[in-house]
Amino acid sequence: MTRIAIDPLTRVEGHGKVTLQLDEENRVIEARLHIVEFRGFEKFVQGRPYWEVPVLVERLCGICPVSHHLASAKAIDRIMGVEMLTPTAEKLRRLLHFGQVLQSHALHFFHLSSPDLLFGFDSEVQQRNIAGLLKAYPDLALKGVRLRKYGQEVIQFLMGKRIHGTGAVPGGMNKALSIDERDRLMKDIDDIIEWADDAVDLARDIFLSDRSYLDFAGLSSSFLSIVGEGGLHELYDGRLRCTNAMGEFDFDGVADSRYSEYIREEVKSWSYMKFPYIVEGKGMYRVGPLARINNCDRMASPLAESRRKEFASIGRPVHATLAYHWARMIELLHCAESMRDLLHDPDIIGEDLRVETSMGREGVGVIEAPRGTLIHHYRIDDEGLVEMANLIVSTTHNNRAMNEAILSVAKHHIDGRQEITEGMLNRIEVAIRAFDPCLSCATHAVGKMPLKVDILDHRGERLCVLES
Amino acid sequence: MKTIHLDGHEIPFEDGQTVMDCALAADKPIAHLCHLPGYTPYGSCRLCTVKIDGRFSSACTQPAREGMQVESETEELKEMRLGILRMLFVEGNHYCPSCEKSGSCRLQHAAYNAGMLDPHYRPFYPKREMDASHPDILIDNDRCIFCALCVRASRDVDGKAVFDISGRGLATRLVVNSKSGLLVDTDISVEDKAVHVCPVGAILVKGRGFEVPIGMRLYD
Repeated sequence: MTRIAIDPLTRVEGHGKVTLQLDEENRVIEARLHIVEFRGFEKFVQGRPYWEVPVLVERLCGICPVSHHLASAKAIDRIMGVEMLTPTAEKLRRLLHFGQVLQSHALHFFHLSSPDLLFGFDSEVQQRNIAGLLKAYPDLALKGVRLRKYGQEVIQFLMGKRIHGTGAVPGGMNKALSIDERDRLMKDIDDIIEWADDAVDLARDIFLSDRSYLDFAGLSSSFLSIVGEGGLHELYDGRLRCTNAMGEFDFDGVADSRYSEYIREEVKSWSYMKFPYIVEGKGMYRVGPLARINNCDRMASPLAESRRKEFASIGRPVHATLAYHWARMIELLHCAESMRDLLHDPDIIGEDLRVETSMGREGVGVIEAPRGTLIHHYRIDDEGLVEMANLIVSTTHNNRAMNEAILSVAKHHIDGRQEITEGMLNRIEVAIRAFDPCLSCATHAVGKMPLKVDILDHRGERLCVLES
Repeated sequence: MKTIHLDGHEIPFEDGQTVMDCALAADKPIAHLCHLPGYTPYGSCRLCTVKIDGRFSSACTQPAREGMQVESETEELKEMRLGILRMLFVEGNHYCPSCEKSGSCRLQHAAYNAGMLDPHYRPFYPKREMDASHPDILIDNDRCIFCALCVRASRDVDGKAVFDISGRGLATRLVVNSKSGLLVDTDISVEDKAVHVCPVGAILVKGRGFEVPIGMRLYD
């Protein structure tokens, strides 16, 4: 047997490695995505006061801190008996989260994934990065940078900083959006929508340009997300919907506080990332843009809705791993359109930011983070200190699916080959990247970024290591 | 008019004023943590150490005298203050990123002003219990720097005696005046000055954190 290891993985958020176990005829018998960062937040949040938690847990991640901040704030709201925020506070939180998803999606597509898609999986490794993109496609790369910048500006206006600021407090927000800030955001929003619309074209055209992309890293699974009233696409608040591989409901309309009745987590000795599954049937499922676009029945923003229909016309649900990119860009457009609508809403510059609270004991907050459904669950004691925390992070939901995708690629592209090239191994990373995993989020870790691939022979000895 | 010389500047003073008092009045502040105008000088943090006529002394406790030559912003003293701040950080558990006092914390502000980029020394990671027993007030002992401002405020302003500093050296602790040792069994009230005078995030009003947005905090 031979074992191949990709270690470290590159152009993903976090640190991990892949091992491929080959038999004596170089056939892939097992593929594993190892997450080697250590999980700690659920433990060290214990004993901290409840109002500190949204600011503490946003340090889980430098890419989607706002999603952690808001999921946590929603859980704390529940603990504090908040039934409904003021219209201004709710709209500010939504605007904030659209900014978060927009910047994260732009970062992922333009900085991390588009080099694979535009240059090809076998292209020169030195070219497959944002610097290569800036050289070969300067207009496109700059649009990507500016899209991300815009999302970061929204975050800065509402949280005081682009990364790790403060904004949501129990029962509302700590700061209004000034008229000047609103006007500055309005000035560029039409460009943002136009560029996001172009990005949908690009992602769609790439996906449809090669028939092999339909089957690349192919797998079939259920899809989990929250949806709003009438199946509306939702990122901030809604009820849990899970559809099976045929597009039928596994469950629907489930209050997010009941997540633990439908989802369980399994532990494996070789990874710090848990393996969640649907309780009924122990089924694998996926979350994130592909799940949300598959699951929803409509989107509130008109351009994105027309793009969703176009997407759904190739099948519903769409299972292709690389369709994640297309779905992600549809969401990018949806965020941009939704931000425009919110900026024109008079409530957005309101001053009524908080409602009264009264202390309870337990709360669950669920939000759709850029990478998928994010669950924060806390219980506090009589003194207001956290005694239990459970976080199920977007990337964790996709753990099984990512392992399946890796196995699929490995069987298709590496199985039985005498020589293993960098391009073959990059295909494994391409499959993982499609999910936009955040490995530091998934393990709530402090650590470095890249991922490594290890290849071991049939005697268990390392044949080669690929790392960046 | 009586004057002292502070880093070459002539500063007026009145009888009864300390070096710190007249420096603050003349808008020539000397770094400090345990001092607060209106409170009895305590001299515990030593951050305001200056050289007076060639000898080290804490500016907050030293009465001003005619013709004093006071050095404060010298490389020697700045280096000494940096060392004191680093020691204050490592002997407690100070995690600024999630601390609600961040941006309004005098310890953090002093560290920024001193150009402190890292703690330099190995952290002690002391084990200190949090006291969340009171329904309105929290004591996060991890952050206490033993400045005794709460002790003085409770005694001299609130007319109570809720707090004191107990123990010596590494065993030094903020203690409260109740048989159980818990804040809930003292006569403290959330309106007391002692609750609001803490320069760091050790004594907090429950449920109020992060209400002041970034950009509007005390030291933003």
